[in-house]
Amino acid sequence: MAALLSVENVTRRFGGVVALDGVSFDVPAGEIVGLIGPNGAGKTTAFNVITRLYRPDEGRIVFDGHDLLRTPVHRVVKRGVARTFQNVALWPTLSVLDNVKIGAQARRGVRSAEELLEYVGLSGLAHRPAAGLPFGTLKRVELARALASGPQLLLLDEPAGGLNHEEVGELGRFIQQLRADFDATVLLVEHHMNLVMGISDRVYVLNFGRLISGGTPQEVQRDPAVIEAYLGDASAAA
Amino acid sequence: MTAFRYALRVFGFVLFVAIVVYLPFRISDFRASEFALIGIYFIAILGLNVLTGYTGVISLGHGAFMALGAYTTAILVADHGMRDLWTIPLAGLLAAAAGAAFGLPALRLSGPYLALTTFGVAVATPIVIKKFDGLTGGSGGINLFEAEGITGLPEFIVTLPGGKVLSFNDWLYYLAWTIALVLFAVAWAIHHSHFGRSLRAIRDNEIAAAASGVWLASHKTLAFSISAFYAGVAGSLLAIWAFSVQPGAFPVDRSIALLVGLAVGGLGSLAPLAAGAAFLVFLPQLAQGISKAPGVPAVIYGAVLIALMIVLPMGVGGLLRWITGPLTSRLYPRS
Ligand SMILES: Nc1ncnc2c1ncn2[C@@H]1O[C@H](COP(=O)(O)OP(=O)(O)OP(=O)(O)O)[C@@H](O)[C@H]1O
Ligand SMILES: [Mg+2]
Repeated sequence: MAALLSVENVTRRFGGVVALDGVSFDVPAGEIVGLIGPNGAGKTTAFNVITRLYRPDEGRIVFDGHDLLRTPVHRVVKRGVARTFQNVALWPTLSVLDNVKIGAQARRGVRSAEELLEYVGLSGLAHRPAAGLPFGTLKRVELARALASGPQLLLLDEPAGGLNHEEVGELGRFIQQLRADFDATVLLVEHHMNLVMGISDRVYVLNFGRLISGGTPQEVQRDPAVIEAYLGDASAAA
Repeated sequence: MTAFRYALRVFGFVLFVAIVVYLPFRISDFRASEFALIGIYFIAILGLNVLTGYTGVISLGHGAFMALGAYTTAILVADHGMRDLWTIPLAGLLAAAAGAAFGLPALRLSGPYLALTTFGVAVATPIVIKKFDGLTGGSGGINLFEAEGITGLPEFIVTLPGGKVLSFNDWLYYLAWTIALVLFAVAWAIHHSHFGRSLRAIRDNEIAAAASGVWLASHKTLAFSISAFYAGVAGSLLAIWAFSVQPGAFPVDRSIALLVGLAVGGLGSLAPLAAGAAFLVFLPQLAQGISKAPGVPAVIYGAVLIALMIVLPMGVGGLLRWITGPLTSRLYPRS
């Protein structure tokens, strides 16, 4: 089966830093794909390049048969690629519901903004401004906003940020559930190894902008290159 | 909850309209002229609010679009014998076109640089007007006292059944406020539309807006154009109100005053912006009333403005939200 998303030989530099260095990987339709790597490996940059916030210096990105690099940034979500942000990028003065409605405006999903708030368990906060809500709650609002556009591909940048151990377990089940409910493909960036290894069909590993490994969670966990990369940055192995 | 708040809004609007209709019956002819001016400023501030309040783009040059609207009306009425009323939408549309033409390239600039560009436009406006004196009458401007197209002149006095004499100033008042209320309703519709929501998203976080499908360039340009339309209509009314236009009527101060009125009314508010417009008309008078010594009124104006921004950082609109906020959430607790 052809991949839903193909990243082909993508390079992105920031001054002297090579954030992505000839990176290629495929995300097959219907899978949950993990993208891991130590801090600064280039995971968020990969998301920013795929969603057209950054232009790559080299390479190609093909989504569902379309050359994404010819798609303007505001059309990416209309094509069917929605994302969340590592540090949350919501609109603080807008109500929680309005935040989600903007997602629904872009490309009407199957469910309304109200239904999506219900789905992520935040109906009670619909008319509150997003400002001042706890980080974990904001992450759920972002998820609802992304789902509101009825995406084929969902890019999640550290969705477990700000969650405790128990909540991380719930999040794993939640992501598996939403793949089924929304018929979506998921590309997941996460530092919680148990979460990534537990729910991903396949995992890619970045280190210093290079793709150093890829395969099933078992294969990747046994890969000496991966162990080496994480021992070099023990803090991220937790 | 939403139904209750909706009813509250409708009631508020009806009350607002009733006050507007009734006011001339209670105030002097001179005051009616002042309140007409408030209506004119209200229109311009409503427009600036679409750009600055919703979209977060600061314009220091909206006086230029007022000037464009004012001169459009003056030239069409004085030189082409057009009826003043018909020139009002034309003035708005011309300003809207100019706004789009200016906004399209300028909106690529980020915050401070864009603000400086608009400031440049404001500075250049009186000079440009004087330069094209064949069209604009140069420094002397255009006089509309003799023009035939001014509705209701020379003798506009109607006696209503109740014995109320409707003067020419009353006519100006109703003209300005009818248009203001219509454009207020339009602004309200924008506020609650997908488009308005997208504008506020741009203001809060541009990158998130773009990544969520909002086309920044088209939204910003349209916001700029809409706000220029409002300014053009206000300028047109100002020409009719003053019976004249001169380059001196559109100094940089006029653009700054609109921002002051917007801040006092409350960025992103709607009805409270009328308070900002009233502030622009009455505060200078108040300052003059306290002392006419050279420089003193300006100092008083500045001091009051600073004090107001400290006490009401979100303007009158913020104050109203603060007063009504706890009440509505007490009636309808949400969590
Ligand atoms: N806008 C930018 N300007 C300059 N350098 C950048 C920019 N974005 C990313 N970088 C650099 O690119 C490299 C990769 O950063 P990126 O944010 O993609 O890492 P990451 O894998 O998401 O890390 P983390 O796990 O800490 O989120 C880092 O060295 C970072 O400093
Ligand atoms: Mg990151």
